[in-house]
Amino acid sequence: MNWLWNNRDLVLGLLAEHAWLSAIPVLVGFAVSLPLGWIASRSRIARGILLTVFNVLYTIPALALFLVLPGILGTRILDDLNVIVALTIYAMAMMLRGAVDAFGSVSGDVLMSATSQGYSALARFWTVQLPLAGPVLLANLRVVSVSTVSLLSVAALIGSGGLGYLFTDGYARAFVDEIVVGIVFIVLLALVFDAILVLAGRALLPWNRRAPLPRRLIDAKSGA
Amino acid sequence: MRFFLDALAFIFDPASWAGAAGIGERLAQHLAITGLSVVLAAVIAVPLGLLIGHTGRGRAAVIGITGAARALPTFGVLTLFVLIGLNLGFGLSLPPVIVVLVVLAIPPLLAGSYAGVESVDRLTVDAARGQGMTEWQILTRVELPLALPLLAGGLRSATLQVVATATIAAYFAQGGLGRYLIEGLRTQDYTRAVIGALLVAALALVLDGALAVVQRLVVPRGVSRGPERSTRSTRRPSRTHGAIRTPVTEG
Repeated sequence: MNWLWNNRDLVLGLLAEHAWLSAIPVLVGFAVSLPLGWIASRSRIARGILLTVFNVLYTIPALALFLVLPGILGTRILDDLNVIVALTIYAMAMMLRGAVDAFGSVSGDVLMSATSQGYSALARFWTVQLPLAGPVLLANLRVVSVSTVSLLSVAALIGSGGLGYLFTDGYARAFVDEIVVGIVFIVLLALVFDAILVLAGRALLPWNRRAPLPRRLIDAKSGA
Repeated sequence: MRFFLDALAFIFDPASWAGAAGIGERLAQHLAITGLSVVLAAVIAVPLGLLIGHTGRGRAAVIGITGAARALPTFGVLTLFVLIGLNLGFGLSLPPVIVVLVVLAIPPLLAGSYAGVESVDRLTVDAARGQGMTEWQILTRVELPLALPLLAGGLRSATLQVVATATIAAYFAQGGLGRYLIEGLRTQDYTRAVIGALLVAALALVLDGALAVVQRLVVPRGVSRGPERSTRSTRRPSRTHGAIRTPVTEG
């Protein structure tokens, strides 16, 4: 692991880049999915349209989406924005289904009693529905976060983004250690993100000390 | 937009489909790599998943494996295996890539088959057992048919991940549609990269659509028709409903 010590500046720089390039899509994806998920949980038509559109986008392999986006957004190919937008789309696709499940999991009786107690629609959303949907939202956000951190490494193929550089560089130099360092740091970063989310969940959802495991074991974009 | 038009013109030109480096050949390679990997993964994962679902042993392992697989960067693992393969004297051949694709496809298939069996109502299984079915008959005639939709869902996400990762495998001089992408990136020929991107995206969408249809077709007829109505169901709807979907505790 001499290599790691000698190149600590490079690795730490890539780690920082990897961290913010994956944090933005997770946060933006989560923030946008909440209102969309809420709308989709109330209207069957909106649900059909939103889930279908994002399912189709989700199906497109990451490398392909990275390359098609510059043509649509008018960005340069090496622009980090392509990667951020692509990962945000995937994050939204995963989070949206989770948000629909989460809001749908709040019992109708609870919502009706809130209404009968005089809650306005907005107050009911913020103080009743969102807190009750919290645990399921958190479980889904954790899946999104881990998948995004690992998926970002593919961006190295288009010369962008974070620790994936260690894979292309390590391969070009036929140097196994560098690749192992890349894998280990990506997994560690995913674990750190997960720990932050769990701690945030404890602080924000104190009534739910154990977040439920994500129900959907099968779907998560871990490939490319 | 010019790139897109050029790329589309290339894709719809019949001449691009012919020859050893043509779209047809590379599509066939991509499908062969994907099919082989998914089949190998299914041979390993499905029996294991069914067994875990049937016995209820090893649930924690399945949840752990699927969670850990999510954090593992596939591109990194692919690079590592190809490089190790090179060091072992495999050259730039297919086996290391296939190994990674199989490993990648196992978690969703395992989770799908396990969750499928797990989702079968315990009362249904008990009824089958009460009718004198052996464990093997219960697994193959009751649990497996009822597990098929979720199992097909696992097959669907496994296939998608393998199709996507097989694209990246072209970085290591393998075949498949990813070649256009990687060649385009190396020579900074954006049109060529977009050709690859569009073809790969189209392949993923077509395969996903086809598997979505399969997923719908494998729902057993008795399930898709909904609960059977009995004459008493109007008076005691909860009983009928309970017998089919949720355990009834009061006997």
